[in-house]
Amino acid sequence: MFAYIMRRLAVAIPTLLLLIVISFVLMHLAPGGPFSHERELPARVLANLNAKYGLDEPLWRQIVNYVYGIVVHFDFGPSFVYPDRTVNELLADGFPVTLTYGSLAFLAAVLVGVSLGVAAAIRHNSWLDYLAVGISIGAQVLPNFVMAPILVLIFTLWYRILPGGGWSFSDPSFWIMPVVALATSYMASIARITRSSMLEVLGSNHIRTARAKGMPEHRVILRHALKPAMLPVISYLGPVFVSMITGSVVIDLYFSTGGIGKAFVESALNRDYAVMMGVTILIGSLTILFNLVVDILYAWIDPKIRY
Amino acid sequence: MVIEQEKMQRLATRMVEQEVKGRSPWADARKRFLRNKAAMAGLVILVLVALFALFGDMLAVWSNEELDFSVMGQVATMGAPSLENGHYFGTDDLGRDLFSRTVQGTQISLMVGIVGAGIAVIVGTLYGATAGYVGGRTDQFMMRAVDILMSVPYMFVLILLLVMFGRSIAMLFLGIGLISWLEMSRIVRGQTLSLKNREFIEAARATGVSTWKIIIRHIVPNLLGVVAVYATLLVPLMILTESFISFLGLGVQEPLTSWGALISEGAGTMSYGTLWQLAFPLFFFVITLFGFFFVGDGLRDALDPKER
Repeated sequence: MFAYIMRRLAVAIPTLLLLIVISFVLMHLAPGGPFSHERELPARVLANLNAKYGLDEPLWRQIVNYVYGIVVHFDFGPSFVYPDRTVNELLADGFPVTLTYGSLAFLAAVLVGVSLGVAAAIRHNSWLDYLAVGISIGAQVLPNFVMAPILVLIFTLWYRILPGGGWSFSDPSFWIMPVVALATSYMASIARITRSSMLEVLGSNHIRTARAKGMPEHRVILRHALKPAMLPVISYLGPVFVSMITGSVVIDLYFSTGGIGKAFVESALNRDYAVMMGVTILIGSLTILFNLVVDILYAWIDPKIRY
Repeated sequence: MVIEQEKMQRLATRMVEQEVKGRSPWADARKRFLRNKAAMAGLVILVLVALFALFGDMLAVWSNEELDFSVMGQVATMGAPSLENGHYFGTDDLGRDLFSRTVQGTQISLMVGIVGAGIAVIVGTLYGATAGYVGGRTDQFMMRAVDILMSVPYMFVLILLLVMFGRSIAMLFLGIGLISWLEMSRIVRGQTLSLKNREFIEAARATGVSTWKIIIRHIVPNLLGVVAVYATLLVPLMILTESFISFLGLGVQEPLTSWGALISEGAGTMSYGTLWQLAFPLFFFVITLFGFFFVGDGLRDALDPKER
């Protein structure tokens, strides 16, 4: 197991470095530097600015410095647009918010999705099954940017029971709509995958054996069916994680929750490359880390996998 | 939405097996597809949406750029959908006709979806077939590159690209095309691996056909089933990607528009009571996605009858 983790890390680290290098090179290929404005700056000012931000050094040197700053000091450098703020500060402002509603949405999607899928599979072809299938088909076409306005319309404009935006760590009523908007479509996909894999497992020989020897049904489900049925769900968690982080950009924008998505969109509109890269790299590393965890979890649950 | 890898793999092996039996899988598949009610409904929806995109302009009284000064400033009361003043879907908050804007948005969203899927088909098929057929170190290297690219949060990189090289529709196509082929190449490679040791390939190799020609003439035509199914399911994903970016205001720019941009506008103005601005684009967006998903699932079931 240890060797397997090490091998996976050996792939993860170059991937991360590649991501940093690619975004860095892209930034330099882009027409116009971070300080090119409508009104051109005098050459001496520009030279000073470039010197201050280290942009006058050769490209490889800049990359090395940047990577060194991140790896050793966890320092993403200064923002190019707001001289008094560092990328670290901008990220630290938003990250706790994103983490809170993001992990809640992730948990909600997994728990509700798996329960719905399992219930549908156990009561195959009952009204519960049709309901679950109906919900999961319907929710496929309700991505976060469709759910968000619909929720606001219903719960804020019509019923006036939930705040239509903003964020507060102490008041969970601010959390509900971001979590639901973010979780719905993934909840549906997870329910779909769980249902079909559970149906497949329930039809397999070892389940028939377990039933034949008189094991009570709930034990058959919990002890013998659930674990193998979870494997496709687990391998789907990686993509869910990535899409949820991506979706958080919409949530931050629409609900003004103030997570890192806001920093990202603002920096995209301001052409503040340093912040964009900071967000991209932070999210890239989270993604890679999460995929690593999923792979290890998968290897741990599935005895067929040799590592 | 998820395209289940396992099912795709099973479909792939199934397609290969069916060839052996010498039946005509295509005729069977067509029959099964025509009997599938959901898929046929999806197909009808897609045809209607396509007709709307192609010929909607002819029905429109107003062009998508004209401002109707008689409703401007009082959109909530005067700009509602009505047949009398020619704004079938109402107007947006600037007094532009929402009907022709929706036609335009439909054209662009469909185009993005189809072009994205098209790039995926061409690049993904060639890449996957080459990797699978050549095998060995080349294969390992090519697929490792795909793995790495897939573990990158592509939406952020796509937005990075759009911001750095200008938010043009060409860049949007390029960016979406860059990411769309990855998954396709994996599936195609898987099927190529199961094709490449078959007799007809061996025969071609024995008669001295070049590697490239074997891939193009003998491997690729046998991949068509899987590729067709996957491409149908890919179109809505591409539409979703584009709409997502346009919702953020980073995709297509005025005066062009797309479903995502229209939904974003509608969502921004719905508190003024102009609900139609959200409802009409959302309706077309939702039914089209349904249509593609149903047709894609129907195609898959039709080509792989074992899977129910």
